[in-house]
Amino acid sequence: MDAGVSYNQMVVDQVEDARLDRLFQAFADATRRDILARVITGEYSVSGLAAHYAMSFAAVQKHVAVMERASLVTKEKRGREQIVRPDLEGVEKARRLLEEYELIWRQRADRIADILAEEKE
Amino acid sequence: MTFISSHQDPEALSLTFVAEFDASVERVWQVWEDPRQLERWWGPPTYPATFQRHEFMPGGSANYYMTSPEGEKFHGWWKITAIDAPRRLEYDDGFADENGVPDDKMGATHSVMTLETVEGRTRMTTVTVFESAEQLQQMLEMGMEEGVREGMGQIDALLAEPARA
Repeated sequence: MDAGVSYNQMVVDQVEDARLDRLFQAFADATRRDILARVITGEYSVSGLAAHYAMSFAAVQKHVAVMERASLVTKEKRGREQIVRPDLEGVEKARRLLEEYELIWRQRADRIADILAEEKE
Repeated sequence: MTFISSHQDPEALSLTFVAEFDASVERVWQVWEDPRQLERWWGPPTYPATFQRHEFMPGGSANYYMTSPEGEKFHGWWKITAIDAPRRLEYDDGFADENGVPDDKMGATHSVMTLETVEGRTRMTTVTVFESAEQLQQMLEMGMEEGVREGMGQIDALLAEPARA
């Protein structure tokens, strides 16, 4: 096999590993992690989820709202219930956008360093 | 090495960015405080920023625009929420219409910038929190996209380099 191909494959594997690591990092909060695990494996309404935790319905609703805002889950109204579904694509999308935004700061930091270096010359 | 580390949290929609500079805390503070220095680094070289107002005090606001290569102007605003010179700055920022009036649809990003001395260098930590993924996407699409593409190009070039034997 071409050495270049295997090197590139290694890089791809590392990027994939890093992506998985970051995905798990995203679920750092134990309750939200648990909520996500539940909605991936079964169908839950917000009140159905609330029954599993020693916290108020409002607190669970708040967790779901945080996850919804971060595009981790979506909510679907069905009658009087709100069904919570996972949105794994949303997680990856947010991650990708934050990576792009990070580039802006890398470039800003480089420009600041350039300005600071002028006085040393 | 300017860049030290970064941490993305997609759940909180936040980015923590850490860089270090060979200069004093007071000197790095100046690149934020002095609008003439700020406009040299805030926007990418292809979209230079012009700060028309920069009230560097709690409750103060700043107005600026970035000019595209085609001459199109993208207006932005800052609202300074807290200052502890020369160590800590908190501000909200966002895009505005051509009169500098904040665009409510786009919302604001919330940032905290801190400076500290670490082994004779100055460490700058910025934490930026977005309100939604859509807002983050819009911000990237407006004005800043050129600079991002330049950066992406650099990464692509690195990845395209042949492997060393």
